[in-house]
Amino acid sequence: MSDLLRRGRLLIPVLLLCALPFYLDAFWLRIGLFSMAAAIGAVGLGLLSGTAGQLSLGHAFFLAVGAYGYVWLAGDDGPGLPPAVALVLAVLLAGAAGGLFSPVAGRVKGIYLGVATLALVFLGHHVLLTADSVTGGFNGSSVPPLEVGGFAFDQGDGLAVLGVPFGAEERLWYLGLALFALTWFTARGLLRGRPGRALVALRDSETAAAVMGVHVARYRSAAFVVSSMYAGLAGVLLALAFRRVVPDYFSLALSVDYLAMIVIGGLGSVAGATAGAVFVTALPLLMTRYADQLPLVAAPGSGDGSLGPTEAARYLYGAAIVVILLFAPDGLTGLARRARARLARRRRPASAPSDPGAAPRPPATAVRAKEHTP
Amino acid sequence: MTGLIDSLFNGLALGSVYALIALGFVTIFKASGVLSFAHGSLLLLGGYLIAVLHDELGFAGALALAVLVTAAVAGLVDRVVLQRIGADPHAAHVATIATIGIDIVLVTDLARRIGGDLLTLGDPWGDAVTDLGPATVADSRIAAITVSALAIGGAFALFRFTPWGLSLRAAAEDAEAAALMGVRLTRVRMLAWCLAGALAALAAVFLAAFPAPGLERTTGQIALKAFPAAILGGMASPVGALVGSMVIGLTEAFTAGYQSDLHVLGEGFGDVAPYAVMVLVLLVRPAGLFAAKGAARV
Repeated sequence: MSDLLRRGRLLIPVLLLCALPFYLDAFWLRIGLFSMAAAIGAVGLGLLSGTAGQLSLGHAFFLAVGAYGYVWLAGDDGPGLPPAVALVLAVLLAGAAGGLFSPVAGRVKGIYLGVATLALVFLGHHVLLTADSVTGGFNGSSVPPLEVGGFAFDQGDGLAVLGVPFGAEERLWYLGLALFALTWFTARGLLRGRPGRALVALRDSETAAAVMGVHVARYRSAAFVVSSMYAGLAGVLLALAFRRVVPDYFSLALSVDYLAMIVIGGLGSVAGATAGAVFVTALPLLMTRYADQLPLVAAPGSGDGSLGPTEAARYLYGAAIVVILLFAPDGLTGLARRARARLARRRRPASAPSDPGAAPRPPATAVRAKEHTP
Repeated sequence: MTGLIDSLFNGLALGSVYALIALGFVTIFKASGVLSFAHGSLLLLGGYLIAVLHDELGFAGALALAVLVTAAVAGLVDRVVLQRIGADPHAAHVATIATIGIDIVLVTDLARRIGGDLLTLGDPWGDAVTDLGPATVADSRIAAITVSALAIGGAFALFRFTPWGLSLRAAAEDAEAAALMGVRLTRVRMLAWCLAGALAALAAVFLAAFPAPGLERTTGQIALKAFPAAILGGMASPVGALVGSMVIGLTEAFTAGYQSDLHVLGEGFGDVAPYAVMVLVLLVRPAGLFAAKGAARV
């Protein structure tokens, strides 16, 4: 019964998300699209940093591998594979890149790994600029549209569904939704199953986990590879949404954004990573769009001295990271959990504490570590 | 031959500036277990203050004030924000990410003030050069090496001979035991951040001095290159940071100096060479060159 109920609860947001392209214009759909791509990447980073306790600042590199891998594999300069095949291969390529880094990723711990992965971003950026026969150099290259079974995810031929014209944004929205659903279920499956438990054990105490039979280096590398594959998928989706990839997009700032997403959302949970991704992605876009209606913020390009929308978004973004870590170190998921608990308590004031049904069910994956091996 | 000596000297000068920054990383890490991503913005703050103040106060006065203010800001960041997050090892991870937020706020503000300008710091060396027999060397580089050596020597003396240094080392060894012995961890931590901030402001002078064109909004990002330096040596070892900085500085200078022989690796490889070296070292020594061998306890 409760299982059915939970599935029912999931059904409503799914239907809502599927209906949105019929009501929203391209601006909002693009925000949604970027958010979905970011969410896929953030879920991957959440597996690594939130669950395995490994800090990574190299996520932008794996996004780049996915994006550029797809562009090259499906493009005319490369082998010109069917785009759907190129998508799968690009994801595998990102995983392979993560695997190549595993001699470092498997042995280097926590904060050290964070700095080691900085190297990937800078070296990757250098390669993107230098190998211009493959990447198109500084100016980047354009992204061939995805085609599955003759259906192209681009501007298309004036297809209309229920009177709503289906352009690139509408089509990509459903693609993003499908890929995000794939991410959501696979990541939750991983986290709730044996690998997830092994990684949590590893994060909490390396020695104890090793004694319990967890192969430390292998699990660390595996977490890194899986996380890279999610990043690769996110990279492909971003490339499709942008329609052009340039090296400067895949900078350290992007890696930092992803780290901020999982922290703002709450470490160690798939829903949290998603919420953080939406927040971090949508905030600057919305600030820019509604700059003229915000107090203290000037419209873009209105000259010196005044606070532009991009800057205002940066302030807010930086401050949000600090404030959330100060007052809700477990992020948005933690806030939501506490709010739910308070609601439940208010609803059943008397006998609640002894009733297991009323207690908020902590997500199996979000059990916070009390201590860490440094 | 001239090329060799030039590169050597450039590398040493660069390395000594990195050492100022990396020593700050290590001091902070020893005291609080936090990796400071806010260091680039502190550096930029120091440089900006000197640039704005040197007309009125003269270079020395501006430098002194900038060092003090940057130290105070760094201390406040730790006391007001980071220490509230907590002190256990997990909190150190969280605080590390909080420094990213602080960095974003500070850098956004400073970049808005600096805009697209190149600010001069009014340093006394200008573009003068000294003839040293086989090579001519910019005075600013000689100054960088001398001042860094003095500052780093001073910092090591602080670690070694002052009560604060003793407390810092005790706290790094075992925070709980140190606290029980009467070490005030909050104050030790805050002072460590102050020292790191002061060193960063000092480093800003030499990053903006000749042959660099001046202080830009992106100057703070150079602090990121001191990460490999600190990691190379092992985050908890000041000597390691020193050695790591020299390795990184020399690597960068030599790859830039001999770029024509390395063109296979692409233009501007010197800028990313430090990271390549870091990965290679971490492959062999995952905890850095000078890391203490620690046994895992359950």
